[in-house]
Amino acid sequence: MVLDLKKKALKKSLFVFHLSTGSCNNCDIEILDCLTPRFDIERFGMTLVGSIRHADVLLITGIGNIKNAGRIKKLYHQMPKPGFVVAIGACACTGGIFREGYNMAGPIDRIIPVDVYIPGCPPKPEAMISGIVRLLNRIK
Amino acid sequence: MEIIKIFAMVAGSFVLFGILGIMSGWVDRKVTARIQWRVGPPWWQNFADFIKLTGKETVVPEGANQFLFLVSPVAGIISATVTGAVLLSSTFFNPFKWDLIIIIYLLMIPSVAMVIAGASSGNVLASIGAGRELRLFLSYELPFILALLVPVIKFGTAQVSEIVRFQQIYRINVGYLSGVIAFVIALLAFMGKIGYVPFDVPEAETELAAGTFVEYSGLPLALFKLMKWILLSVGISFFVIYFLGGFANPITGALKYLFVLVLIILIKNTNPRLRTDQVLRFFWGWLTILGLFAILLVLLGY
Repeated sequence: MVLDLKKKALKKSLFVFHLSTGSCNNCDIEILDCLTPRFDIERFGMTLVGSIRHADVLLITGIGNIKNAGRIKKLYHQMPKPGFVVAIGACACTGGIFREGYNMAGPIDRIIPVDVYIPGCPPKPEAMISGIVRLLNRIK
Repeated sequence: MEIIKIFAMVAGSFVLFGILGIMSGWVDRKVTARIQWRVGPPWWQNFADFIKLTGKETVVPEGANQFLFLVSPVAGIISATVTGAVLLSSTFFNPFKWDLIIIIYLLMIPSVAMVIAGASSGNVLASIGAGRELRLFLSYELPFILALLVPVIKFGTAQVSEIVRFQQIYRINVGYLSGVIAFVIALLAFMGKIGYVPFDVPEAETELAAGTFVEYSGLPLALFKLMKWILLSVGISFFVIYFLGGFANPITGALKYLFVLVLIILIKNTNPRLRTDQVLRFFWGWLTILGLFAILLVLLGY
């Protein structure tokens, strides 16, 4: 029963750490949109935190290039478990237009396991929220 | 028998101020959200955060001093709870002499715990945060104590229950000019103590990620959050008792509590963060001069 309560609490309070691995900043702006009065994801208990140690969700935007692939791995291992990884944007999911790039080390799922993909260039805030809902439904 | 009584008092303080503090933290988040034209989280949000954090993995970083890293949140939460117990005891159950001095001392320990936490976690950002916390701590203590001295000089006693009694006989402390000044100074110093926004230099989110708490995760982080919430509710209750005439009437007592809480939240939401040197200048300059002025006023009888 205690475990059940903890899972329920985890569903209701996701702390999100946002990592940009060389994105064009468009997805990052759309992520910040989720915090504005129109969408306000704090209603569902989600907050952006500044340190990966506090986080439950690692949001990754950008392709994940050779220079920061090691850092992505490090951050993933620094995240206290249970933790989830969400890849946001076409670059993070597939590589997008940088697929053939000389410094491409991604997409993200070639570096670390990804739980939810949210495609789009950039994805709308609604799309991000629906992706998070998919993530929440997977916590059983 | 005495031991059991003390234990019951501390446990009662933990439950009472814990729940009160978590709800105050929710009021803070909700009012902040309304100020920013958002809806804000539901009332059980902070409970959910706390329960979730207790269920997460606790990571102790490699370069950290393991003992101090894990002990400092416990020390902080114990001192915050005992402050609440002293406050409860001196106002309701068992008044004793010089409890004001004990409260001042106990209110300092959470800040020291945060300094130790930052310094022992072996992280650059955390050690910068610890240094800033120490500077903040040194700067706000002087005006805080000056402000608390004003009612002591006025009523000639350092016993909180006596000060409450005098306030009920004569006039509440804020009814005097010196009391108003002392209240404002103590409120601002208290905002430094709990690290609220104009004075949140130690955990400046845009500069230091999370400052002194950067390496904390899981249960120790939950304890630190609970410590801050308990400190918030204990501090506001202390102000209500010390400056606004106490909780003699529960309804007006609750209104006074809410008034002080919302005042803190409004100050928090309408001011940008100060730099470390600006904080030092503000506390040691303006507020100390104002505090000395308040003491002069109370010596003249205003």
